[in-house]
Amino acid sequence: MIHVFAFYLFAVLTVGSGAITILSRNPVHSVLWLILAFFNAAGLMVLVGAEFIAMLLVIVYVGAVAVLFLFVVMMLNIDFAELRAGFIKNFPLGVLVAVVLLAEMVLGIGAYRAGAMELGTPDGIGATPAGMTNIEAIGALLYGRYLFLFEAAGIILLIAMIGAIVLTLRQRSDVRGQNIGKQISRRPQDATRNVNPEVGKGVTL
Amino acid sequence: MDWSQSLRLIAPEETLSIAGLVLLLVAAWSGDKASRLISILAVAALVAAAFLVAPALCAGAMGPETSAFFGQFRADAFASFAKILIYLSAAASLVIAPAFFERFKAMRAEYPVLVLFAALGMGIMVSAGDLVTLYIGLEMNSLAAYVLAAFLRPDDRSAEAGLKYFVLGALASGILLFGMSLIYGFTGTVSFTGINAALAGGLSHGALFGVVFILVGLAFKVSAVPFHMWTPDVYEGAPTPVTTFFATAPKVAALGLTMRVMLDAFGDQAAAWQQIVVFIALASIVVGALGAIGQSNIKRLMAYSSINNVGFILIGLAVATPQGASAMLVYLAIYVAMTLGGFVAVLMLKDENGAFVENIPSLAGLSRTRPALALGLAMIMFSLAGIPPLFGFWGKFVVFQAAVQADFIALAALGIAASVIGAFYYIKIVKIMYFDEPADVVKGESDIWHKIILVACVVFISPLGYLLAKWLGGLADVAAASLFFAL
Repeated sequence: MIHVFAFYLFAVLTVGSGAITILSRNPVHSVLWLILAFFNAAGLMVLVGAEFIAMLLVIVYVGAVAVLFLFVVMMLNIDFAELRAGFIKNFPLGVLVAVVLLAEMVLGIGAYRAGAMELGTPDGIGATPAGMTNIEAIGALLYGRYLFLFEAAGIILLIAMIGAIVLTLRQRSDVRGQNIGKQISRRPQDATRNVNPEVGKGVTL
Repeated sequence: MDWSQSLRLIAPEETLSIAGLVLLLVAAWSGDKASRLISILAVAALVAAAFLVAPALCAGAMGPETSAFFGQFRADAFASFAKILIYLSAAASLVIAPAFFERFKAMRAEYPVLVLFAALGMGIMVSAGDLVTLYIGLEMNSLAAYVLAAFLRPDDRSAEAGLKYFVLGALASGILLFGMSLIYGFTGTVSFTGINAALAGGLSHGALFGVVFILVGLAFKVSAVPFHMWTPDVYEGAPTPVTTFFATAPKVAALGLTMRVMLDAFGDQAAAWQQIVVFIALASIVVGALGAIGQSNIKRLMAYSSINNVGFILIGLAVATPQGASAMLVYLAIYVAMTLGGFVAVLMLKDENGAFVENIPSLAGLSRTRPALALGLAMIMFSLAGIPPLFGFWGKFVVFQAAVQADFIALAALGIAASVIGAFYYIKIVKIMYFDEPADVVKGESDIWHKIILVACVVFISPLGYLLAKWLGGLADVAAASLFFAL
């Protein structure tokens, strides 16, 4: 029972917040709704017993990607004073959202405790070997059966890195870099000079 | 599965990735000064990889002993045929690059490294034995290609080409991935043999959608009509050596990949996708031919020419027989030589200050100012048009022969009729070079490497090429047989 209830809650919120992500006129709101959509997708993953993927969704998408999006969005020209204007008015709504999130967590954990949903039995190489956790099973596939593809994906990331550097790094000729060897080998007698200025006259440099 | 055997089968990929990584380190420490040395070493690595794959082609390798990593990777004769074409054309685009980039002071050490990694990705594409390998190979090639298109940073057109290619390429990858996920959902497997077995009972509507989406994604990558819009802009904007690369190696890789997916994974369901491929092929031939007529930039003209040629090659796929596949491979080999020669000839068109000439009216009277170059370009144009004594005719001939043998007579007739339209603009170039009043624009000296490659390509497509026809046809037959063996 708790499964079905949790499933519909997560599913409706995922679809709803996904829709608002693209309908919202304010980019900051869009990103926040996107984070909510990711959160609920993670809840769905917990329900089907893929807790590792749920964690990845929260850590990678909510934690890293969405925050990165938020930074990019904040570089756009947005009037934050106007955004803050409705704080008191929208405070009850904010509290409501917080309560919903809390309830979701409780439900999610409760549903997880009650065991995963049975959405058909995986077979062949899709089945998790007996006595293995999800993470162990993914690791065994990733570093065993799919080793070649895993390494090839690593090369793709390397290409992306080379590409970003090739397209953006510019060697500027007017920058004077620090030459540590030259600095260290400089001796006091080359750099300092004793002068005995007369009273009332300046020093020529 | 035996790990040591798998590692032996991917020897060319290992060579290329180790060479790429080492040369990247050299590039990081020595900077752009070392770009010439890195280019030479990268060419050596590509040639070495070509020699490593050659034995599998000569021995006609096929069957289970060519499959590595649980069938994810296939090192059979078909993959070897395509890889030799890919590696050699990648090497050629490295050889012709320094003379071009040095004029803009833009030769950078990363260029050969990116080309190496792109060639690695293309090798993985044509060896793909499942959908994940397919996608990873494709992305490896595409990511390197996006960067290469925007490589000439001071030039706005190059940046535009890179951006356009990236945005549209990402969209096509998304469509392809969506199709792959549908196929995975409906068959429960990503391996081509597994998909073929799972679809043996017939194609459900969902799986049919998957096939269509995969075809759309791949049609974008081979720039077949109606997914060709990016091609002229990208080919025009990208630096010419990069355009040479785009028009040769990735075309071979993407067409090889399309053949693998369609004939291996969906080979038994050919009736479901044949009409799509027939449409794409005919539309590419007609749009490629009509679009080229109004062009005044020779790189754009060559872009439409490549769209047109892809149409002819896809006729071989539409018939879905071993003869068709073999004809596609023969056509691809000849197409690579013609396109390589064509773009090298474009690179050799320089005015007296050494600036590159791309506009077609400036070619007027080239036969009087630079007779040898004009002769080479004219032969390539005649060959692209498929005029008989030249080797380009043979490619079209085998493709149409395969179509007629498989009872696709209407397709062959329409293709032949449309190739007449294509002949118009190729011959127009020849007419401008030989019969118009000299414009006296092209006067610059050419690089020795450009001359060597142009001569090699022209000799290959000249009537002398027919001496190779039997040998090339034999290799293509073996390669096509290995492709169909997996069924």
